[in-house]
Amino acid sequence: MTTHITVTVNGEAHQADVEPRLLLVHLLRDTLGLTGTHVGCDTSNCGACTVHVDGESAKSCTMLAVQADGRSIKTIEGMADGATLHPLQQAFWDQHGLQCGFCTPGMIMQAAWLLGENPDPSEEEIRWGISGNLCRCTGYVNIVKAIQQAAADMAAAAETQTGAQPVAAG
Amino acid sequence: MIPGQFDYVRPGTLDETLAILKDREGEAKLLSGGYSLLPLMKLRLAQPGLLVDLRDVSGLDQIVEKDDYLSIGAKATHRQIHEAPVIRDTYLVLHDITATIGDPQVRNWGTIGGSVAHADPASDWPALLLAANASIVCRGLAGDPHHLRVGENPAAASAAVRERVLPARGFFLDAFTTAIEPLEVLTEVRFPRRPRGQGGGWQKLERKVGDFATAGVAAVIRLDGDGRIEGAGIGVTGVSDSPFAATDAEAVLTGNAPSEDLFRQAGTAAGAQSRPVADVRGPVDYKRAMVAELTVRALRTALDRARAYA
Repeated sequence: MTTHITVTVNGEAHQADVEPRLLLVHLLRDTLGLTGTHVGCDTSNCGACTVHVDGESAKSCTMLAVQADGRSIKTIEGMADGATLHPLQQAFWDQHGLQCGFCTPGMIMQAAWLLGENPDPSEEEIRWGISGNLCRCTGYVNIVKAIQQAAADMAAAAETQTGAQPVAAG
Repeated sequence: MIPGQFDYVRPGTLDETLAILKDREGEAKLLSGGYSLLPLMKLRLAQPGLLVDLRDVSGLDQIVEKDDYLSIGAKATHRQIHEAPVIRDTYLVLHDITATIGDPQVRNWGTIGGSVAHADPASDWPALLLAANASIVCRGLAGDPHHLRVGENPAAASAAVRERVLPARGFFLDAFTTAIEPLEVLTEVRFPRRPRGQGGGWQKLERKVGDFATAGVAAVIRLDGDGRIEGAGIGVTGVSDSPFAATDAEAVLTGNAPSEDLFRQAGTAAGAQSRPVADVRGPVDYKRAMVAELTVRALRTALDRARAYA
C-alpha cells in the first residue's frame, strides 16, 4: 500500500506515491535524486543526513517520507544562490572546514539551523549546536572556525542591509 | 536499514485515534517525533503492522501552569519545553533535562510523551518524573473492557473518552513497559506546581552526546521553614531494568538538615539500590559509584535552588 505525499523541497513542490516505510533521506536521494544529503550511520547518531523540515533541523534517516507530507524541506542543494555559495559554504571552503567531506552537508545544514536560532553563538554554543553531527576526520577545529566566520559574515551582511534603511528613511 | 512493511494513518482527532487503536488492536503503534520508535523499527526490533501518526491531533502540545500542576502535552518537543518561559523561569530542572536529551536534532522532534511511553530503561525523562512525583494522563474509550478503573476521573466518566491519571511511581513497570493500556493514548504529563522552598537538580553521565546514559539522577528537595528537608525525591535511570525512585536515599534525606555528609549518605544509598549490569559503559561497581556521585551533585543543585526560591 502506498501513500500519496506532497513535499516542497528547496522551494519546489514534488508529489510521490511512497511506501510508508520509505525514509525521508531515501525519498530525497533515490526518488528526487538529491544526493547531497548523505547517509552515514543510519542510526540517528552521526547527523550526516541532517536537513531542515519546516525550518527545524532533523535527521532524515530517522523520519519517514510520509511524515514530511505537506512540509517544506531544505537540503544542501538549496543553500547556494545560483553560483554564489551560501556564507556557510564559503566559510567551510575558506577555513578548510572539511577533510573527506562526508559530514559536510549535514554540518552545514545543522550550522545553518543553529545560526538561525542564535546568530552570534559562542564557541561553546557552536560545539553544543553541532553535537549531533560527527566528523570522523575529527576536523572540528576548522568546522567551528568556519561557523564563526559565517556568523560574522552573515551579521555583516545583515548590518549592511539594515544600515541602508535609516538613510532611505531620510 | 529499512523498517519492515506497515500501514500508515494520520487521524485528525483523538477520538479517531482511539477508534483506530481498537480496530487494529495489537498491531498499531503511535508515532509522534519518531526518534525512539523508528530506530527500533529499522533494526526490526519493533515491527508494528500500523503506525498511527499523531501529527494532526491538535491540543496535545501545551506547556501551561494550572491551579495544582504544570501541564505538558504529550506532543510538546523537548526543545519546546526547554524554551518555554515558565520552564526557564520556574521549572529549572526541566530546563536542565531538556538540554541533555539526545542531541539538537533529536530535541527538535522528539516529544515528552513519546519518550515517556517508550520507557527506555536509560532514558532521561522517567528519572525526573519519578523524582518530582509527576503524573501521566492516559485517555481511552469509555466502556472499553480493557480499560482499568484505577485512577479514572469521575468527572470525565460520562464522556466518550475516559481519562486516567497515573502516578509516575508505579508507571514504569519494566524495560519498554509501562502501565499504559493497549488501547490508551498518553496525552499529558503533569508535574506538581513548584512550591516555595523546592528545587531540583539533574545530572547525567554519558560517554558522548546522544549516547544512552551510563547513569542519570534527578533530585528534588523541599525545605521547611527551618531549612530542613521535608520532602525528597530521587529518580535514577540507566542502572536498572527500569528507571526507579531511590526510596532508600529519600528516607536518608527526609526530616534532616541538608549537609554534604547527608548528601553522601543519600548517594551511597542510591548507588546501593541500583541494579546495574556490566557493559561497555563500565562495570557494576563503577556504575554504583557514579550513581552515588551524580546523586550528590544533583542534590547540591537542588539545595541551591530550593534556598533561592524560599
